[in-house]
Amino acid sequence: MATGRLVEVYLDLLSQPCRAVHILLTCTKIPHKVRAVALRKGEHRTPTFTKLNPMQKVPVMVDDGFVLTESDAILKYLTTKYDVPEHWYPRQPERRARVDEYTAWHHTNTRPHAAKVFILEVLLPAQSGSPVDEARLNRALSDLDDTLDKLESMFLRRQPFLCGDDITVADLLAACELTQPLGGGRDVLKERPQLQRWRSRVQSAVGEAFDEAHSVLYALRDRRRARL
Amino acid sequence: MALELYLDLFSQPCRSVYIFAKKNNISFDFKKLSLLDGQQYGEDFGKISLIRKVPALRDGDFCLAESIAIMLYLAEKFKTPDFWYPADLQQRARVNEYLSWQHTAIRMHGSEIFCLRLMIPKVMGVEIPEDKMNAALDDLNSSLKLVEEKFLQDRPFIAGDQISLADLVAIVEIMQPVGAGVDVFEGRPKLSAWRDRVQEAIGKELFDEAHQYILGAQESVKSMDSSKMQVFKPKILRLFM
Repeated sequence: MATGRLVEVYLDLLSQPCRAVHILLTCTKIPHKVRAVALRKGEHRTPTFTKLNPMQKVPVMVDDGFVLTESDAILKYLTTKYDVPEHWYPRQPERRARVDEYTAWHHTNTRPHAAKVFILEVLLPAQSGSPVDEARLNRALSDLDDTLDKLESMFLRRQPFLCGDDITVADLLAACELTQPLGGGRDVLKERPQLQRWRSRVQSAVGEAFDEAHSVLYALRDRRRARL
Repeated sequence: MALELYLDLFSQPCRSVYIFAKKNNISFDFKKLSLLDGQQYGEDFGKISLIRKVPALRDGDFCLAESIAIMLYLAEKFKTPDFWYPADLQQRARVNEYLSWQHTAIRMHGSEIFCLRLMIPKVMGVEIPEDKMNAALDDLNSSLKLVEEKFLQDRPFIAGDQISLADLVAIVEIMQPVGAGVDVFEGRPKLSAWRDRVQEAIGKELFDEAHQYILGAQESVKSMDSSKMQVFKPKILRLFM
């Protein structure tokens, strides 16, 4: 086991993949150091940060000089390197394959479709001062609805968690994406009792780490509510 | 029951799975599916893949989607040589990093060029506005730049000295715009040299076999039945226009 330097993670908790990494670290008590990167202040575009990650994105992990980007690569690295319960990223081939299947599918399904709702309802209007583009929002909500159908029928089915009986990194990635629209006051799981129950199970499994990671997002939601 | 792989070699992720299985002498039942003929909507295939996408694997009762998951599963099950998906933590992380990034980068941009350059105009008969085409080419160029500067740098392959799943997934995606007549290797000596190394590591015969359909795409669209594409039209137009 490596000694001395703590693993560092560059995060902005307003970012969904950053929250997934943060929750894993907190939950599993892997000793780490968080380096905050404020995306809304453009801190990801500074020369120093760009040198660290030319893609100018978060999260970034630095482990004793080894720089790694991409949240699913980071989650898989951490669960392999550190002595964490095996359920996070199972070793049995078929169970592991289910997690790999989800983490791949996530990129072009859960992630873009949930993020789009938040971008259209919160980010774009805040940046441009214009009202929400309702037509685009409706299309985005329809795409997300499609994704939620697949989450229920393809992954969750009758299981407690997306990939089986236990929580995995796949559940962290999905749950963090699906809470993002809450920043705009929208609960995308409102009409979905099956997924709501899954979300509750995820929150129970990770305990305080969930709300801790989402504190910035909740604060955003509360500030917006106060303005109305 | 033998391992079954449901593949259409027009599709990039199907090519990587095909090459990986063949290269490693994994015996499988090659279940050919033609996406253009709508064969993914058949009743039997729906039982294997709920989302009706290729590639799909069936190993006994176990069904799996997503090319990356499929290749990782095969690598483990058939104990393929270490370099494909190294056991070394940092090398493996490098491979995972590329496999993660590429979904919404090179895969997306390469596919878009293929659709905008070939499928939409030639098969659906819809003209692409020049600014749209240029924007798509800019996106592709940005992705290719990142492949060269961030993922390859001065290494022979993405994870180091040997080919890995990262290079395999990269090459099949990069070949897609080539199939549409966009020579992405022109003016890119570094990328060309990498391509040559990848082809050699895979074996030219297998590489060519896997790519014959996509490289013949410009010819085959001439005789393609445009009525077949009508079912894809709304979705593709929405995605790319």
